[in-house]
Amino acid sequence: MDTKSHNHNGHGPDKTPGLEENPATSHELLRQELLIEGASCASCVAKIEGALKKVIGVDSAEMNFALRTVSVSGRVSSDALIKAVEGAGYNVKISQNESVEDLLEEKEQADLVYYRRLLREMTIALTLGVPLMIYSLIGGEMTVTTNTERMVWLAVGLMTLGVMVFSGKHFYVGAWKSLVNHSANMDTLIALGTGTAWFYSMVVVFFPGVVPDMARHVYFEATAMIIGLIDLGLALELKARGKTSEAIKRLIGLQVKTARVIRDGEDIDIGIEQVLLNDQVRIRPGEKIPVDGVVLEGHTAIDESMLTGEPMPVEKVKGDEVVGGTINKSGSVIFKATRIGKDTALAQIINMVKRAQNSKPPIGRLADVISAYFVPVVMIIAVSSALVWLNFGPAPAVAYAIVSATTVLIIACPCALGLATPMSVMVGVGKAAEAGVLIRNGEALQTASKISAMILDKTGTITMGSPKVTKIHLANATDQDEVLQLAASLEAGSEHPLALSIVESAKERNLNLAAVEKFKAIAGHGVEGIVAGKQLLFGNEKLMREQEVEIANYIDIAQAMAEAAQTPMYFAVNGSLAALIAVADPIKEDSISAIKRLQRNNIRVVMLTGDNRATAKAVADKVGITEFFAEVLPEDKAKKVAELQMQNEIVGMTGDGINDAPALALANVGFAIGTGTDVAIESADITLMRGSLHGLADAIAVSKATLRNIKQNLFGAFVYNVAGVPFAAGVLYPFFGLLLSPVIAGAAMAFSSLTVVSNANRLRLFKAEEH
Amino acid sequence: MLLINILGLLLIALIVWWFWLYKPSEASIAEDGIVITVENGTYQPSRLKVSAGQPVTLTFLRKDASPCAATVVFPEADVSEELPLNKAKAIVLPAMRKGEYPFTCQMQMYRGTLVVN
Repeated sequence: MDTKSHNHNGHGPDKTPGLEENPATSHELLRQELLIEGASCASCVAKIEGALKKVIGVDSAEMNFALRTVSVSGRVSSDALIKAVEGAGYNVKISQNESVEDLLEEKEQADLVYYRRLLREMTIALTLGVPLMIYSLIGGEMTVTTNTERMVWLAVGLMTLGVMVFSGKHFYVGAWKSLVNHSANMDTLIALGTGTAWFYSMVVVFFPGVVPDMARHVYFEATAMIIGLIDLGLALELKARGKTSEAIKRLIGLQVKTARVIRDGEDIDIGIEQVLLNDQVRIRPGEKIPVDGVVLEGHTAIDESMLTGEPMPVEKVKGDEVVGGTINKSGSVIFKATRIGKDTALAQIINMVKRAQNSKPPIGRLADVISAYFVPVVMIIAVSSALVWLNFGPAPAVAYAIVSATTVLIIACPCALGLATPMSVMVGVGKAAEAGVLIRNGEALQTASKISAMILDKTGTITMGSPKVTKIHLANATDQDEVLQLAASLEAGSEHPLALSIVESAKERNLNLAAVEKFKAIAGHGVEGIVAGKQLLFGNEKLMREQEVEIANYIDIAQAMAEAAQTPMYFAVNGSLAALIAVADPIKEDSISAIKRLQRNNIRVVMLTGDNRATAKAVADKVGITEFFAEVLPEDKAKKVAELQMQNEIVGMTGDGINDAPALALANVGFAIGTGTDVAIESADITLMRGSLHGLADAIAVSKATLRNIKQNLFGAFVYNVAGVPFAAGVLYPFFGLLLSPVIAGAAMAFSSLTVVSNANRLRLFKAEEH
Repeated sequence: MLLINILGLLLIALIVWWFWLYKPSEASIAEDGIVITVENGTYQPSRLKVSAGQPVTLTFLRKDASPCAATVVFPEADVSEELPLNKAKAIVLPAMRKGEYPFTCQMQMYRGTLVVN
């Protein structure tokens, strides 16, 4: 390859033209993060940067000394970078190439530490709060009148301060930091609420004279209880959140750590990250496939259910693709690694699911807007409520004002609102992935739940996409196998797609093909040749008539075959008709039931095909579709999508994702039927990992269930806040004399977000309807 | 009493000004190498100036153990990434048009603004 074309292909100025391309490292422009160990002085920075910049392909290398990281951009392999830094005398790790599994483990570890800390903090807070609350509930004196009481409450107040520092520090620090940044969050509310209660109580203790006799009440129990309860709520929420990512954990768990490769004729076990492209990998029965590849020898059955949701093991022979993470059932195979690391189907699936889990459907936007203004609004409500109590409230107005303000601050829960959508999306997308349905993002999820019309491409979607011999009608011959063996031997040299189906069919029956002589293809007619001394003719009616083969008795049968969506072919041996062979693209076994399922859900199912009307009608009739477009040119498929959209339908379009890309892109939701390793089909919003159309119905069912769950969550969170805040402010007091206790508010707040997460977790129990 | 009412109203006015009307003047330019720290419920710095029309790399360092801080979302760019704890994470944003775009945590409690010009 010369330098010019090298550059033209988007590869940067290579310092050594003609440098051999290493297939294991894609030379695309990359930004890589290196983590340096042992860099202890600022002068190391120049040394490391210098060493990296000398590496061929590096455009820039900048070290962040504080983080001990170097960010390198350029078209260069990570190995070269590691060598350069090690050469300069430092240890180095690539932080970008860290396995998802490690990251997840790290995250879980961090979460566990945080969980334990919350529990510890909660215990301390409740140890003080619970006895105080019990004391107040059984009618204990909470007011400050005598000097002894002042001393006792001062001690309690200081203990509460201890709780605030030990158990609630994160609220106060967080509140302060965000306040300085002109932003407000949940911490702000909790810090203000508990702080107000504590501060007021301390004022009562130190300067009882400032407040009227009746208002000399302390609220230390509220402060301690609220902190304890919210810590508890956060801890439980953390646990519940862990469950929402179960699906992704399961996918990550499918990754294999080691592989057995054959190098220099010897089997060696190596770490998965050391497997190179084109390595020969050996797999024995019961083992997991480590990376994606193509079978070189052996044959086996592989369980792909974990990725595709397809319960039946899939037969694999030479030339078939195998997918990393799936399990080899029987048989041993050797395969060639074709995709490794980040490029494997499994890694892409994990990436896609993670991305989708973090994306938001439009339905969550209103909640986002609200939560952006939420906290300051609540603060304003708290102040207003205090003012109203002070002006119009009964004595002791100050105490009421403080209680209502505190309660308003505490009960308001922006978290429930903020969590409502993402938690459900997280579980819903994960659930879909378990069923072999990959949803690109939250928007696709939401739109899929509203689909009113579904366009199905015929070939490869409703049908298998590969023509097969469906019927051999014997005329003068007596043995089907003999007919097929001769026909296949004749067709072995032909490139016609129908010929291929004949050869395949013979192979399936384990028939040995014989050599053909004087093979001749007659365009628009068929083929002729000599096999085992027999003069063979294979083709359509025209061919038979021209060669004067007697077929009059079989024309009706051929006609019937055509009407049943099959292509009839005449086969003659030594001038007499031996058999009629019908070839058809068979309908997938479960297409009929899947289409019924869609129709039961009031979805208008429309079939689209480039085939002729007769075949289209035959297939449509067979699967129970009444509406179809036949003889549609590939470029016109998108037009049909637009036509349905003009009729106010929310249109789903299902195809193979290659020929149908424009139609898929135009449709409200584009579904691509994936084939094994092709995961990230760009034009599709939703990718079905298995061929079955039940994936479509599953996808729509999961989307509906998820949207329902989101709505429940949003509704709950709205109602909770809309009802809770005024109640806390005391709107019911003038009518019923009801005022909420800040402790109850604390409990309600702590459990409102927990409820949202738990409700989202309910989605995990979702099961697509039985097929 | 009048004094208290006036104080209360002033407090409300202060809240409105502080949280909504005030625009932080300190806009730092997010050059390569600037690290956005996620700590105590905030992004620091929270107002980032970047150039329009070219991809931007932002480096985040999350020091906040709260799960709320674990994800950073750039809604306009359709980017959402998980931030590992105490570890720098570079996020590449596609080229954007001029304007102000928020970036937040999953629950909108941590907020920052991307000023593209």
